[in-house]
This record gives sequence, structure tokens and C-alpha cells, in this order.
Amino acid sequence: MKQGRIVLNQQARRVTALADGKLLLDNGNPLADTSPWLAPATGTVYGVALNHRSLLEQLEADFQQPPYQKAPATPVLFIKPRNTHAGHSSAIALPTQAGKVFAGGALGVVIGKVASKVAEDQALAVLAGYTVVNEISLEESSFYRPAVKAKCRDGFCPMGPWLVDAAAINPLNVEIRSYLNGELAETNHSRDWLRSVPQLIAALSQFMTLQPGDVIIPATPLRQLEIRPGDTVAVEIDGIGRLENRLIAEESAQ
Amino acid sequence: MKHARIRLPGEADIHAVLVNDDHSVQLADGRRFAEDAVEWLPPAEGTVFALGLNYADHAAELAFKAPTEPLVFLKSPATLTGHRQVSVRPDNLLYMHYECELVVIIGKTAKNVSREQALDYVAGYSVCNDYAVRDYLENYYRPNLRVKNRDTLTPIGPWWVDRGDVANPASLTLRTWVNGELRQQGNTSDMVFDIPFLIEYLSSFMTLSPGDMIATGTPEGLADVVPGDEVIVEVEGVGRLVNHIVSEAQYADRQAQTV
Repeated sequence: MKQGRIVLNQQARRVTALADGKLLLDNGNPLADTSPWLAPATGTVYGVALNHRSLLEQLEADFQQPPYQKAPATPVLFIKPRNTHAGHSSAIALPTQAGKVFAGGALGVVIGKVASKVAEDQALAVLAGYTVVNEISLEESSFYRPAVKAKCRDGFCPMGPWLVDAAAINPLNVEIRSYLNGELAETNHSRDWLRSVPQLIAALSQFMTLQPGDVIIPATPLRQLEIRPGDTVAVEIDGIGRLENRLIAEESAQ
Repeated sequence: MKHARIRLPGEADIHAVLVNDDHSVQLADGRRFAEDAVEWLPPAEGTVFALGLNYADHAAELAFKAPTEPLVFLKSPATLTGHRQVSVRPDNLLYMHYECELVVIIGKTAKNVSREQALDYVAGYSVCNDYAVRDYLENYYRPNLRVKNRDTLTPIGPWWVDRGDVANPASLTLRTWVNGELRQQGNTSDMVFDIPFLIEYLSSFMTLSPGDMIATGTPEGLADVVPGDEVIVEVEGVGRLVNHIVSEAQYADRQAQTV
């Protein structure tokens, strides 16, 4: 089953997509117009940095130098706070004076049950399902300090349109395709991740209790898909959906 | 006026309450309960920002130069707990320390706010104990979530105090007691980046919303704490937050009893 959240008459409502593509509102009414979309999950969004081999290979030598001294021993985590959360088809304002901005096509793993100290082989049982995420970021020249300024701008974490049931997807075999203005611009695959989704759920829940609605972004690739105001960026995962957003200049957003 | 969020024993509802001078709480329906008769929750719900190295003396204590730009990290609700709760010290550690901090609670949507206007966006002030497990520090997004965002390791509260009731947030004494002994003392006047600057800085690249909280950093005087310790952090004129350290096994026992 596919579930989303939209705004109808200024209220957040749940919608379900039927097998024939028709949409139903949470009260069973038909819906012909997908009004503004909201992110399908409302909890804390945890991202995992440096979990993509393309990135690790490029940085391997740097990690032996100051300030890092040695490669990371545990998952490198960050938070995408609520001001970054946005829905499918929303316009995202990019700063024009803060350097390059990059798309980050990614899987969103949505928690369905309270999860504390979960074993790797039990990890998939705590999931509600999956969504599509674009983990937008400014260019990062260093991974030493938390990247709040680069990653926590308004609208920098669109998610959706759908939350798809966990049973429908194998998180060890996911291909993520990113499109810039309709052209395929980047492809990455879960086999390139250092730690898998079950390993990450086990590692995170070891010290933080995960709540229903929390989202884990298991990996974003090496940043190479630059986005600019006027562009349209889409992220697509087979069986989950296609998340598309327009990019505008920050000044015109006000 | 002091405001808090509490639960009554055995009930799921969260109540927004006023806190009296004797620390009893007053519900909207007029019922009144003593301080030790309720479960104290974090005083607000929102994005939690915390500052690293925001007191020059503390930065020196950790052998760091004070930063030239605020060192900001984020916390999730997972790590928050309330007044009179317990915090878990993981087993087999060398060093876990408290950090007494003044917390700013945002009351109004803030984007591109100047430092001159910044305090207009503050609803009030609270207190937190921003525990850190130093054994788990790694040099990636430092301080990393494993150090700073563990279950139970950010007690916050007990309440928040209206902005108007704190005459000068830039001149408040911070104190930490461990088992009754004064261990940490400082003053918010020693912040590297003051509250108006932090609101101007954060709102320059992101929108702050009502309920967002900024833990503004801690002065020098850190020390290890172990299971059995009572740790009290206090900000003058704001509040006094009590917390007890337990071991992993003690915490598991407590959880089993409440299920």
C-alpha cells in the first residue's frame, strides 16, 4: 500500500493510492487533485554521512590526517530538523550567495515501531516502510564539525510522495536515480553502501530509541549533482516513487 | 510566570501547567499537584540546538581555541528527559560529564532576525544538563550523536520562565552540584556568542519556530559522574534541574517495572 500526506482546505490529510492509481482520502472520499504534498513521515530525520563508497574512497587519505586522524569507527550521523522537511512538488529556495548546492538522491527508511537496541536480524521488523528523499546540502569542505549550515536550511529535505509498505521493498537492492530537468544525472545503488539498512537500524537504536515516523537516510552519494534556481530535480526509486521539486532563488521566496 | 509540561501518574495525557512558587503545579482545570507527584516532561517540543565551546574558559579547559563561528549541533527528542528523571551512564566508560546550560525557548517564527530584534522572538528560558560521553567522541561531525544524543542524556526543564521575568539573560550564574558538592560555576556573561547573536546567526539560514530550544553552552568545571550520583544544574533566576545517574542494568530494571 502507498500512503501520502497532503494539505486540503488548510488541513493535513492522509491519502492512499489504490492499485489502479486512484487516490482515496482518509475518510474514503475520492481525490482527483493532489493538492500540496507534505512529507509522508513527521518524526526525526537521521542522516548517515560517509556511508557511500564513492565518497569514502575519495576521502580515505584525508581521514588519516588532522583533524580526523583516523577513519570513522561508527556511523557518522546528522539530523535534518523540521524546518528542512518538505513535500513532493514543493518549490525549494536555494541561497544564491552561499556557494554550490547539491542534490542528494536517497532512500528514506521510515520507522513503524518503537525501536531500542534492535538486533540486526530483527531490524526490518521495526519498519513502517520506505519513501524517497532528496537530502539537499551545500558543498561540504570538511566533515569535522556538524554541518548545520550546509544541511539544515528550510526545505532542504523534501520527502515523498509516498510511504510504501516495508514488505514491498528489499533495502539491500535499491537503485536510486536522480534527474536534472528531466535528464538522468546520477544513479547509485545500495550495494555501494558501507553499512546496510539493518546494520544502521541496529547501530542507531543501540543508543537512541527510534520512534514511529522517524526516518533514516542510509546514504547520500558523493556530491556531484549541482542544482540551481530554475532547475527541476527528481529522485526516483522503483516501487517507491518519484519525488520531484522545483528550485527557486531564496530572495524570490519571500 | 513558570510554565511546564507534565503527566499525572498512570495517565497518557500531557498537561501544560503553571508552576507555583512552592514548585507545585496548577492544571488548566484548577487541580494542583505537588512537585514530587507528577512526571516532569521537557518544557517544549521543537528543534533542539546546542552550542559547543561557547564559553571561553570551557574551550580552554578542553584545550581548544574559542571558535570564530558558533559550533552548533542538533539533538532529537530521543535524548530529552525531564526534571527528577534518571540518566544512564553506559557501562565500561572512562568519562561522562554534566554540562549546565541556559536554554532559550523560541516563541515566534524567526527568519533573518537582527540581533537588535532577537529577544522579541524569545518566549522564555529554561535549564538543561547536556551530558556528554567523551569516550565516544570521533572527529566526524564532532560532537557526534553517539556522544550527545543518547537516550536520557539531556535532562531539560523543570519549566520555562517568561522572558520578562529574567531581567538580564547575559548575567546569570550557572552552577552544578554533584551529591551536594558545588562542582561547576560560571556566568552567562562569559558566553563567546551571546543569545541575540545566536538567534541572528541561526535565523540567517533557517527558520526558527515556536518551541525550538537553544542550549547555549557550558562553562568550565566538568567532572566524571557515576551511577548513584545526584546531579543538580541551576541557572540563577530560571530554575534548578535535578537528575540521578543510573547504570544500564538499573535502567533496564526501572523500564521493566514501568511496563
